Amino acid sequence: MEVTVKIFRYNPEQDKRGHYETYKVEADENDRVLDVLELIKGHTDGSLAFRRSCAHGVCGSDAMRINGRNHLACKTLIRDVGANITIEPLLGLKVAKDLIVDMDPFFDNYKKMLPYMINDSPLPADGKERLQSPEQRARFDESTKCIMCAACTTSCPSFWASDEYYGPAAIIAAHRFIFDSRDEGASERLQVLSETDGVARCHTAFNCTNACPRDIHITQAIGEVKLAMVTGKLD
Amino acid sequence: MANIHQFEVIVVGGGGAGLMAGLYASKTAKTAIISKMYPTRSHTGAAQGGISAALGNYEEDKPEWHMYDTVKGSDYLGDQDAIEFMTNEAIDAVLELEHMGLPFDRTPEGRISQRPFGGHTNNETGKPVRRAAHAADRTGHMILQTLYQQCIKNKVNFFDEFQVLDFIMTDGKAAGVVAVELSTGELHTFHAKSVIFATGGYGRVFEVTSNAYAYTGDGPAILLRKGIPLEDMEFFQFHPTGIYKLGILITEGARGEGAVLINGKGERFMPKYAPTVKDLASRDVVSRAIYTEIKEGRGVDGKNYVYLDIRPETVNKIAAEDGRTNPDGSPLRITGEVVLQKIPDIVDFCRVYLGVDPVTQLMPVQPTAHYAMGGIPTNKFGEVVVDDKGTIVPGLFAAGECACVSVHGANRLGTNSLLDIVVFGKHAGLKAAEYAASAEFAKMPEDAESASRSEFDALRGGAGNANVYDLSNEMKNVMFADVGIYRNEKDMQSALEKVRELQKRFKDVKVGDTGKIFNTELLNAWELGNLLDIAEVVAASALNRKESRGGHSREDFPDRDDANWLKHTLITKKNGKLEISYKPVVITKHQPKPRIY
Ligand SMILES: Cc1cc2nc3c(=O)[nH]c(=O)nc-3n(C[C@H](O)[C@H](O)[C@H](O)COP(=O)(O)OP(=O)(O)OC[C@H]3O[C@@H](n4cnc5c(N)ncnc54)[C@H](O)[C@@H]3O)c2cc1C
Ligand code: SF4
Ligand code: FES
Repeated sequence: MEVTVKIFRYNPEQDKRGHYETYKVEADENDRVLDVLELIKGHTDGSLAFRRSCAHGVCGSDAMRINGRNHLACKTLIRDVGANITIEPLLGLKVAKDLIVDMDPFFDNYKKMLPYMINDSPLPADGKERLQSPEQRARFDESTKCIMCAACTTSCPSFWASDEYYGPAAIIAAHRFIFDSRDEGASERLQVLSETDGVARCHTAFNCTNACPRDIHITQAIGEVKLAMVTGKLD
Repeated sequence: MANIHQFEVIVVGGGGAGLMAGLYASKTAKTAIISKMYPTRSHTGAAQGGISAALGNYEEDKPEWHMYDTVKGSDYLGDQDAIEFMTNEAIDAVLELEHMGLPFDRTPEGRISQRPFGGHTNNETGKPVRRAAHAADRTGHMILQTLYQQCIKNKVNFFDEFQVLDFIMTDGKAAGVVAVELSTGELHTFHAKSVIFATGGYGRVFEVTSNAYAYTGDGPAILLRKGIPLEDMEFFQFHPTGIYKLGILITEGARGEGAVLINGKGERFMPKYAPTVKDLASRDVVSRAIYTEIKEGRGVDGKNYVYLDIRPETVNKIAAEDGRTNPDGSPLRITGEVVLQKIPDIVDFCRVYLGVDPVTQLMPVQPTAHYAMGGIPTNKFGEVVVDDKGTIVPGLFAAGECACVSVHGANRLGTNSLLDIVVFGKHAGLKAAEYAASAEFAKMPEDAESASRSEFDALRGGAGNANVYDLSNEMKNVMFADVGIYRNEKDMQSALEKVRELQKRFKDVKVGDTGKIFNTELLNAWELGNLLDIAEVVAASALNRKESRGGHSREDFPDRDDANWLKHTLITKKNGKLEISYKPVVITKHQPKPRIY
């Protein structure tokens, strides 16, 4: 079938501001939007810039706005979005070129969450693993799935309003450790999150949950973090 | 030359191997990791099934068995000293990951959970053993995340989205690398005492592959151009179960949980080919079985695919026939819920890309190009070894999929690569730092960036009548068809000629984008140059090896020939000509014998 693709283009070396270009390509309804972008880049305009690597939704490279909503281009099929497609870069992060945005602020927020296991207690005397029951493990399973694609954070009105807000993805990173029974850094992280740029800025718009390509229940997880902050309990 | 950096150790690559190397090197040496993607985008994150270690958390297991299985899996081409080293370190390596915070799945007792995987057995009974430690079907994702988090904790230096283009050697010693910063197009020179390559694989030379776009063999191609040999490039693993046409991997863990392969006539066919372990035979064996079924007309609807069946009713029926049991001895029985819990991502892939629900429907699969056994030759400390006498290049190291230690020989066992990257990433990091502690910086030439600059200039100045996208497709098609699962003299010869023709046409490429900022067109073209160089050595090495062993199966030489071919291939390119030499396989405990599963 013929697909009409309208793509946001911006090359800071040439353009004052962004504009749209329209391309017509032959595609199969089972093709990924990423396949279509590759085809355009390969045959029509090599300068079209976007990130991609795994091509099956696990590396988090190619989050972008497709028909107004955040998706991974490699996990969105033509049959899901139809023959008229508009593709734009994520909102709320500076566009570096075409569909590529500056991800540094996003990763900086992640790093503020102390996103690593904090546990200074001695290891088990036998040198083996720290024990954790399947139930304790299940408690934070959701938030381990995050691929840091930024689809959630860049769909969040609070983040658009202020890029000082850590954003949902960073809170998911904190959640992953706060609810891990082996971790001892919960209070430090909750302290960070109670600052003005922390969870208080979340107004449960649910955009993030809808945007997440890993189906993480983000709003619920943020709720759990808020609750932990109030009650001081982690169950 | 404005952009000059100096570090004692430079790691090229931010995947599992690179992060582990960086983590260990930075304990004592000033270290930086350079990665062409944000490290969390690395393909280690795509690994699904597990990481092997004889923890014995469910049943008896020992490193000796793990060693023997790996030797046998390698079709006796793996170096047994290195294999023994790896399988002995496996238990501590996996426990270290747990201590770093890796969220492994758990046994009812709270220990790390393990599942069976192809080729891993109890050496006394010959039955599959639960050796693969896992975190659902995203074990690699959790390894990558955990190691990246540890690097943040330990304040390791990163140059994200910097692509290394060249390795600089002075008087036979490592002096550093040249890289381009993607966001500005500026070249940077990194002066270093030690350089560790950890750039991953090169599956993008094949049409159907489980490998990422980024798998373009940059590290091996750069070193090949420097006259450094590559080892065993003829050995590439085709994983039996890629999603039909797309190549996306369905982990062997699915078969570990009980799934079976079914041909177009609805028959389970693996017992014919591997009577003891059946669907859990080694990958090369299963891929050839699928190919044979298809060739003999038993593909689905006459097409080149078969089915993978994990529907609970099938799994339970077959588990009963085979007498498969749970760890506690009760009969193995699964439900739809178990499928969702054990392989959630696979279920998701099938639903998204195929519109198929594996709980109730069959998954169409075909073999997919998956893993490079060959690569940059190293010893077990990651030092790059250039000949059969153990000669090293001082300061040059490699680890991970781009390296060839060789622990995988002619065929890698599932879950042994994640183990490889963790164990040898660590040792390369340690050794690189140790070397840096006593070595001086080698002199960096004035014009270090000139070769990279000319490579870019050439890509910008071609005649313009060749297209990168088309050349790349032609290469992938011919490599998959003629240097794929089954090979023969005639087809490989024509493939090699075709690749050389493509290399000629590649000179006519003209990159249209003249800008500097994120010029991905230029970099994709540069990467295609690497892939073509790699394709050439893969085809030439394969053509040269006149026997069948592990992942290298020749129709014209169907048997393994230990008398003539129990040796590693080393291939170099000197003045545009390929030269092949050999080095012996290290055999310590296990004499080669026929390989039966
Ligand atoms: C789908 C899939 C599933 C798998 N499942 C398993 C499994 O269950 N168990 C198992 O043991 N193995 C598995 N494997 C194999 C295993 O995952 C890989 O072999 C391993 O992760 C490779 O790790 P690495 O660190 O060598 O490379 P990668 O993780 O790919 O890292 C390569 C790094 O190099 C960087 N890089 C490359 N070129 C350059 C350059 N020119 N300049 C700068 N940086 C560069 C990249 O940015 C990246 O950071 C699987 C593989 C695939 C494809
Ligand atoms: S929570 Fe979901 S949407 Fe947000 S970064 Fe992680 S994977 Fe992406
Ligand atoms: S390319 Fe990896 S998530 Fe889309």
